[in-house]
Amino acid sequence: MRKAVIEFKNFSFKYRVQKLPSLSDINLTIYEGEKVLIVGPSGSGKSTLANCINGLVPFSYAGVTEGDLRIKDQNPAELGIFGLSKLVGTVLQDTDGQFVGLTVAEDIAFSLENDCMEQSEMLGRVAETAGIVELTQYMGHSPQALSGGQKQRVSLGGVLVDNVDILLFDEPLANLDPATGKYAMELIDRIHRDSKATILIVEHRLEDVLHCSVDRVIVMTEGRIVADTVPSELLSSDILKKTGIREPLYITSLKYAGCDISASIHPEHINSIVLEDLKDKLVKWHENNIPELNEPQSSKILELKNISFGYEKNRQVLTDINFDIYKGEMVGLVGQNGAGKSTLSKIICGFEKTSAGTISLNGKSLDTDSIAERAQKIGLVMQNPNHMLSKPMLFDEVALGLVTRGKSKEEIDGRVFDVLKICGLYEFRNWPISALSYGQKKRVTIASILVLNPEVIILDEPTAGQDFRHYTEFMEFLLKLNRERGTTILMITHDMHLLLEYTERSVVLAGGRVIADARPASILTNDEIINKASLKRTSLYELAMRTGIKDSRAFVQHFIDYDRRIRSNGTDVKL
Amino acid sequence: MARMLSYSDKGSVIHSLSGTTKLLYFLIWSLASMITYDTRLLLFMFVVSLVIFRVSKVDFEDIAFVLKLILVFLCINLIAIFIFSPEEGVKIYQSRTQIVHLFGNYNLTVQQLFYEMNVALKYFTIIPIALLFILTTNPSEFASSLNKIGLSYKISYAVAITLRYIPDMQRDYVIVSQAQQARGIDMSRKVSLLKRIKNVAAVLIPLFFSSMDRIDTISNAMELRGFGKKNKRTWYAAKKMKRLDFAVISALVILAVIAVIITFAGGSRFYNPFV
Repeated sequence: MRKAVIEFKNFSFKYRVQKLPSLSDINLTIYEGEKVLIVGPSGSGKSTLANCINGLVPFSYAGVTEGDLRIKDQNPAELGIFGLSKLVGTVLQDTDGQFVGLTVAEDIAFSLENDCMEQSEMLGRVAETAGIVELTQYMGHSPQALSGGQKQRVSLGGVLVDNVDILLFDEPLANLDPATGKYAMELIDRIHRDSKATILIVEHRLEDVLHCSVDRVIVMTEGRIVADTVPSELLSSDILKKTGIREPLYITSLKYAGCDISASIHPEHINSIVLEDLKDKLVKWHENNIPELNEPQSSKILELKNISFGYEKNRQVLTDINFDIYKGEMVGLVGQNGAGKSTLSKIICGFEKTSAGTISLNGKSLDTDSIAERAQKIGLVMQNPNHMLSKPMLFDEVALGLVTRGKSKEEIDGRVFDVLKICGLYEFRNWPISALSYGQKKRVTIASILVLNPEVIILDEPTAGQDFRHYTEFMEFLLKLNRERGTTILMITHDMHLLLEYTERSVVLAGGRVIADARPASILTNDEIINKASLKRTSLYELAMRTGIKDSRAFVQHFIDYDRRIRSNGTDVKL
Repeated sequence: MARMLSYSDKGSVIHSLSGTTKLLYFLIWSLASMITYDTRLLLFMFVVSLVIFRVSKVDFEDIAFVLKLILVFLCINLIAIFIFSPEEGVKIYQSRTQIVHLFGNYNLTVQQLFYEMNVALKYFTIIPIALLFILTTNPSEFASSLNKIGLSYKISYAVAITLRYIPDMQRDYVIVSQAQQARGIDMSRKVSLLKRIKNVAAVLIPLFFSSMDRIDTISNAMELRGFGKKNKRTWYAAKKMKRLDFAVISALVILAVIAVIITFAGGSRFYNPFV
């Protein structure tokens, strides 16, 4: 008989500040040594469920609980948050914000310090843990200076050092580039096998988590558990579609080809799925629709010529960057963390001065234009809306750029209302910003940029932290802007789905240089580029290989085109 | 700008001293400099500060901005002293040598100049040591030394975290101000000072909210890892006091005693070259 480590019985929870319960009627048992994935859209209660297990609920976020929760046969209310921290180790989503120590070693040592362990003993334990998370050579570094994946390993080290029985990962893939995310899942898998700990992963990126096998998947929506099953059963059901979670791309394409997915063919991984009976259908679907790849032609809007830049002398961040953006395009700018993507966007907006090279807009050099002058033509939407919002009221926020440019009141009112309508924010025009959701705030930042009528908009990680439904809504909104207003859009992103689904072209940066400038279908099927830029091969490519379709690039392109057609016919885009 | 007033290990002797030593040094040094008006002593301390600064290998650029800021305040302070008490020097030194008559009751005297020079000198003896203390002490180690001299570790840690977040806040400030500039808010010298102050305020609001987010996350992270569980804690970064530390502290105590003796020997805190 397996031993239960976490038991929810008829459990409900309501935050003190909210009217409706965030969790209702939860019955869930997790057994010792299991690896369980909890998926669900934003606001489904999956984070709240995790917080009940680590004690942030109710000790940090107060509220009312009903029913019964036992962790290792003990009542969390009696254990307290500190008692729980000996049983449950949590790796929070925001890896940047959770560092306490000045160096990697200190950060790992933090909980030992709080336990009053002697310094001599602590040194040994920390060194051992740093070895497990592969950070031995970084022990003296500042965690802030590390890459995204390394940062996450620091956080992981900080909980592993305590020898906890339960490891809880809150959206571990959120801030990682695709290759690093894949590696993180492999590391978690290794720790699971070596330590025999119980592992809980809260995520909405199903395909990326399933890169390594999990024992069970819990699906949540609206505070309830709607499925508690094995991955193969889940993927062959329609639960994902109902709850708004993205299914793996290879499954989607098989479904497009008219194949039936059943649990018996092991659909949980691209390498495990039995394709024998599906091959013919897929090949046929592909051959009926081999896409023509004609290059779109329009005039250049933004030209970057020989751009070089470094924050310090002798340390170049960008070297000899050359690329053009054409009018009306939607282009993706990709590359691993620290490849210089955000720096490049700052250079285009004039926040940083290049050491060499020229940027021109519509054939005219921008080099002597100030930040404010460039902002009329090129708008930058930052990743974190909180970095941009400075007014308490929505209307004032959007009007700010016009007010500072001394426009008349009538003109401001007219232009702001127009933009608010486009962005679907008109009904909120008298609201305070603080009452808006994250996605709405993000729209406000776009509205405040759009109101200046820029010809090009640059968006830094537009979909970071958004679930599938919000992702789709937001991207369809951008697509509409692009189609209807002709706004040229450049997006900096980690998201391979975004590249495939919404860009016509991708520029890939690695080591401060442009290493590719091509259609996403070509890039995500080219191993050399994928490795250099820390991207991940799309599972569609593997599907094509396994089915024996030689031109995988054409297959991926076909999938993209087909998918776009389905989306533009099938979904009613509301703005 | 991005690394203003943040600790970085340059590997000098000063860096290798324990945080406790540096804290004591800073406290006693400031106290001595505050008590005395003995010009000879202040000059001596000023020279010693410069030597220590040199030894620490800290680049002047790292402190240039803060130094300018302090100098501005120093000037305001000196002018204010003159406005409110133009004859202070005369009163102290019991003699009067007028250089020039300015206006009304305001006369410039040698004694007043000498007195204000002493005030400035006090600033200059403390500034290098204060800045060095911040720049050469690892914040966590600093927290452990505060804890060692008797402060509660929760307060010590709060201080350390504040120091640690200075560079982060600076980075956020740059990002936010860039975003505001892109919307047309001018923060350069082209606009009037009043408008500039107003525009900087526009940056502070987003900065405040992003800092609040940060605080929320960090306090959750700390609690989840058992911070505040016990009345005591140990420190990974604590440095043992070495022979050099004891040597420095002893020298410091001797200096303090000599300073007190010299200062009060003449029956007055002021060194008077005019009689």
